[in-house]
Amino acid sequence: MPTLDYRLGVDVGGTNTDAVILDRSDQVLAKAKVPTTPDVTGGIVAALDKVIGMSRAAAVPARKDGPPEPRAVSRITHAMLGTTHATNAVLERRKLHRVAVIRIGAPATLGVRPMFEWPADLTGVVSAGATVVAGGIEFDGRDLSPFDEDAVARFLGLVAGRCDGVAITSVFAPVSPRHELLAAEIVKRELGEVHVSLSHEIGSVGLLERENATILNAALAGVASDVASALGQALAAHNLSPVTFFAQNDGTLMALDHALRYPVLTIGSGPANSIRGAAFLTGRTDALVADVGGTSTDVGVLVNGFPRESSQGVEIGGIRTNFRMPDLVTIALGGGTVVSGALGQTLPGGERGVRLGPESVGYRLRDEALVFGGSTPTLTDSAVATGRASLGDPSLAQPALRLLKAASRAADLALADAIDRVKTAKGDLTLIAVGGGSILIPDELPGVSEVIRPDHFDAANAIGAAIASVSGQVDRIFHFGPGGRKAALDEASQEARDHAVAAGADPDTVQIVELEEIPLAYLTSPAVRIRAKAAGALGGLYEATNYSG
Amino acid sequence: MKRLLDEPALRSLARGCAVLGTGGGGDPRIGLLLALQALEEVGPTELVDLDDLPRDALIMPCGMVGAPTVHIEKIENGGEGAVLREHLERLTGRTVAALMPAEIGGSNGLLPLTWAGRMGLPVVDADGMGRAFPLIPQVSMHLAGIDPNPGVMTDERGNVVVFRAISGAWMERLERSAAVEFGGAGAATEYIMTVAQARDGAAVRGTFTLAIKIGDALNTAVGDSMAALVAVTGGFPLVTGKVTDVERRTTKGFVRGSVVVEGLGDDAGRLLRLEIQNENLVALEQGRVLASVPDLITVLDSETADAIPTERVRYGQRVTVIAMQCAPIWRSQFGLETAGPRAFGYDFDYVPVEELAGAYA
Repeated sequence: MPTLDYRLGVDVGGTNTDAVILDRSDQVLAKAKVPTTPDVTGGIVAALDKVIGMSRAAAVPARKDGPPEPRAVSRITHAMLGTTHATNAVLERRKLHRVAVIRIGAPATLGVRPMFEWPADLTGVVSAGATVVAGGIEFDGRDLSPFDEDAVARFLGLVAGRCDGVAITSVFAPVSPRHELLAAEIVKRELGEVHVSLSHEIGSVGLLERENATILNAALAGVASDVASALGQALAAHNLSPVTFFAQNDGTLMALDHALRYPVLTIGSGPANSIRGAAFLTGRTDALVADVGGTSTDVGVLVNGFPRESSQGVEIGGIRTNFRMPDLVTIALGGGTVVSGALGQTLPGGERGVRLGPESVGYRLRDEALVFGGSTPTLTDSAVATGRASLGDPSLAQPALRLLKAASRAADLALADAIDRVKTAKGDLTLIAVGGGSILIPDELPGVSEVIRPDHFDAANAIGAAIASVSGQVDRIFHFGPGGRKAALDEASQEARDHAVAAGADPDTVQIVELEEIPLAYLTSPAVRIRAKAAGALGGLYEATNYSG
Repeated sequence: MKRLLDEPALRSLARGCAVLGTGGGGDPRIGLLLALQALEEVGPTELVDLDDLPRDALIMPCGMVGAPTVHIEKIENGGEGAVLREHLERLTGRTVAALMPAEIGGSNGLLPLTWAGRMGLPVVDADGMGRAFPLIPQVSMHLAGIDPNPGVMTDERGNVVVFRAISGAWMERLERSAAVEFGGAGAATEYIMTVAQARDGAAVRGTFTLAIKIGDALNTAVGDSMAALVAVTGGFPLVTGKVTDVERRTTKGFVRGSVVVEGLGDDAGRLLRLEIQNENLVALEQGRVLASVPDLITVLDSETADAIPTERVRYGQRVTVIAMQCAPIWRSQFGLETAGPRAFGYDFDYVPVEELAGAYA
């Protein structure tokens, strides 16, 4: 296992793919931004080539005062990838595996069958068949009904040869996974080594959402290994074989082998990376973060060093899951947002005659924006016209000055509204502006005490991936034993810590970063759902999969 | 009046049930999915008016008793209602003509129509509350003096318990214990009654139609959905703002707590506190009561206009709190003794929301 030295962070966004190389003291050695490609892999390879090339050419010193190290790139020991490939695969119904769906819970739950809410085309692509067998767990840990092993075996006989993986969801698996584990053994016996997704490892209480996430996870298994091997090959082409991690929804990392087993957990990593990157670049633990990209702006909240999570489960391609994602207000404003005059229309801010987007020129900004000699007025032109940025040739924006300034005022109003909507308390807060488009953000905004623009703001997402910590999580129902409430909270905290260490965190740095308890109503026996998350720095003592090329 | 509950009607009904649930009654989304699958499998359930049924026809009030958290995990199989009916008919020697939700609020407003549809029975355009309440005797049938017996409970496995309780309070106590043994929730019927009794005030009438109208208004509102909701319900917006504090604790199986909403926009500077016991019970501002049980208090997402169940209210949410008048039966002396502020342990007398709104307008 290599000792932590240089780290490579890669973030695949909707418009651009960013890559950075950080040294051991977290200094940015090189950064690169390339257009994201439809296949995702192409963008990753290009970003990697570029950032490694820059790093070689720059021959930067490892320490600020140290001597230049031309071979610095060979010191990359860890690679962290945040990607949208899983989301895209679901949205585009591409490369998805066929999944045999087993729910354990009959005779309960028959009123809503598996995948009932799924769009028909997605079900057609993903489902190799579904069954609901007898079994499952009660909230207090008893058997709901005896587990029907034969029914599982019979179903597997029907789908054998027609499925790439199996998704298994038992009622109240978050209380006890024992029926899911039994079913997994039967799958192994009947089908051999196929991918198996177990709901207790993926989601929390809420049968349908957890089942959906579990099926999606099994469907994404192939996509995850594709991207992982593409990254591995790209790294191997540069004679690199770092330990590889994937960024996940909560802004923390999981080891490659985890990511291959739980690909669905990577689905919301982009915004989380940006917020964590903003925290790292500024040293702040509590602030607002605006990540302005080419097409849209995410405004999130940094609380105690992590993104605040939303209370609602997230929909992925129209499928409801119960993952928690960063709590964001997203508006369709970015550096590439097209500005047009629309006479007679009044914007929410009252700015007449100007329309912002939602179209964006995206990565073609440097060809199409006015200041770069193009013919499309964009918000980047507005930023130049208002003196917020000096880019291209400002004189080219002159003819559209009135429109561009009006657009800028309208964008500021929309941004101020987004900031106000995401805030949880009165009072002005610090705003950290990151992302390639953050030049749009003015120095003064209502509700904002100061705007911080850190160095490397344009690569905050990739940096966020590179510096991310490793986490472990628990979300299940606990019954108060002799030790009462405190014993249950302690047990949950310890489990979360153990998971974090197993995922690669240094035990000495692991801390509980979130602890939430939700009492169960209408029950006379004391039971509570506890959600605990622990996180720690990447350690040396972990079990992680290394690339051998 | 007869109406077949098609998919658009069911979707509107689910939104309306959430609003009338005043934060409780269970997540209507599962109720909606159960109803949609039943619609697909057996066709639409018929919604009938009490006037369309013979006077001596029997109505079975029913619903789930237990923990909402159990309901989102151990989903019903849809056949629970048939088991209740079979045993009720055997016990009484009479035939059930239609089902009725004991409470229209939340998931419990939707389940009986699924059960009814799967048996080919209609559901009546009425319920026992016009909202959601935590306790079994907090129903209009209790106020009208209907006998809660026999109570029947079942689970998805077909276990059946028959209750003969000396009072509604005992029915509550016994069924609650049975629900725990059933695995945290069970399907139940009590307060069986005739159509004549239901027409004479033992049921809150027209609540399906109201819930569907509420859902339709929220679905079709252009721009200000709160205004549309106020127009349909005659309700009173209390505050529009942001949740700035949530506190919950469990005592004796009930979640109690409070929520603070800080006003925004026109309401900037205002602080509203909601007292919660599974449902939203009291709205206070600077010690003054703005609305209280048995009137309805619902917290809606300011953007989507979806009602937010109490267990999902979270710090930072943008919300609008609206109060609506309860069914008149709750404003009687017995109604207030059963479900007024003092019944929930608050030391003040009930004042109707429209008077409070007038007093502070």
